[in-house]
Amino acid sequence: MRTFGFAEFMFIVEAARWTLALSAIAFVGGSLLGLLVALARTSESAAAQWVAAVYIQIFQGTPLLLQLFLIFFGAPVIGLDINPWVAAGVALVLNTGAFLGEIWRGCIQAIPHGQTEAAHALNLGYVSRLRDVVLPQAFRIALPPTVGYMVQIIKGTSLAAIIGFTEVTRAGQIINNATFQPLQVFTTVAAIYFVICWPLSLLAARMEKKRARALAR
Amino acid sequence: MNYQFQFDAVFAAWPLLLKGTWITIQLSLAATAMGLIVAIVCAWGKTSGPSWLRFLINAYIEVIRNTPFLVQLFFFFFALPAIGLRWSPYTAALTAMVINLGAYATEIIRAGIESIPKGQIEAGRALNLKGWEIFVYVIMKPALKAIYPALTSQFILLMLSSAVVSVISADDLTSVAATLQSQTFRSFEIYIVVTGIYLALALAFSLLFKTIYRHALDYPDRR
Repeated sequence: MRTFGFAEFMFIVEAARWTLALSAIAFVGGSLLGLLVALARTSESAAAQWVAAVYIQIFQGTPLLLQLFLIFFGAPVIGLDINPWVAAGVALVLNTGAFLGEIWRGCIQAIPHGQTEAAHALNLGYVSRLRDVVLPQAFRIALPPTVGYMVQIIKGTSLAAIIGFTEVTRAGQIINNATFQPLQVFTTVAAIYFVICWPLSLLAARMEKKRARALAR
Repeated sequence: MNYQFQFDAVFAAWPLLLKGTWITIQLSLAATAMGLIVAIVCAWGKTSGPSWLRFLINAYIEVIRNTPFLVQLFFFFFALPAIGLRWSPYTAALTAMVINLGAYATEIIRAGIESIPKGQIEAGRALNLKGWEIFVYVIMKPALKAIYPALTSQFILLMLSSAVVSVISADDLTSVAATLQSQTFRSFEIYIVVTGIYLALALAFSLLFKTIYRHALDYPDRR
């Protein structure tokens, strides 16, 4: 039986790269999907609004763990042989897409409707309206909550440990099973998440304060 | 696609699923009740406590908000026995959920309390209301109306994250799903039914909270 020493500590720390990789995949994929969802929710087509609303309700109204399980156990149903990487990636992208879509829908709807009407009056098409008028303004509003949500994504990757994806939490479980010193192990795991997430939380809070100050002027 | 769906294995186990659902609801309600008490105490400490208490409460909130719930759960179930505190899975799950909700709800309640204008409290004192009367009727009741949407969505988030406690084999709905899966190997059918139950629970509670708001908290006020 090993004792918890420097080598075990570094094993857990090195697993953090997979946490960050999975978070990056979830954020990039989720952003693309979330943009589509937000645009669908704010579009003039009732069908697009309804589909996006149902998608958001399903992914916000069910646990992330079950979404992971469904994709991990459900892929063989459609004939795919899935591994934890792909399952965790797909589930997190779908989940992040729903949450970011809802956040960005709020930001798009925070732009005064007069902007869109003025763009209509200037005969700008849908794409130009979005790209040149609405989205640049919505981007400034969306930055603080999006940075705040990145913290949730990083915390969400911990659930991938349950389907066997070796990131920080799973590395902690492995070392715990080898050393039987859970206090040191899980304190290390918590500390690693804290070191990654706390600066992001502080950044999000600072951006929110700056934006509130700018709006109050 | 040559997979044969067999839902009868799932539907035959409906008493077990019902029991799991009940334990999930019980766990969520108990954790919310206790978590709100923790949050009100911490919110009071943050707004009117000494600076060392404020520092401790802020540290507690930052640690809980920047670490995953699963890690907190593992800490309470696996790490605390190393210093002598050995709990059952249900107790460890409940404690982790209370501590987790307490951190998030403290911020919400503190924001609600600070949104009450000071003039209201002065008016309460001018009308000779006692200290606890001011706290309940002048501060908490209007604050509750303001923070109600945030609090109810925290409850639903808590209920959904309670699925994670199945990992330490507390007997909630997801645990039941894992047990059924090990007995019948019908993973997809089981998990899709259980996901549907969680979705139904989330929608039902959402509706319940909206109804409570309409009947008890929708009174007109100056704002």
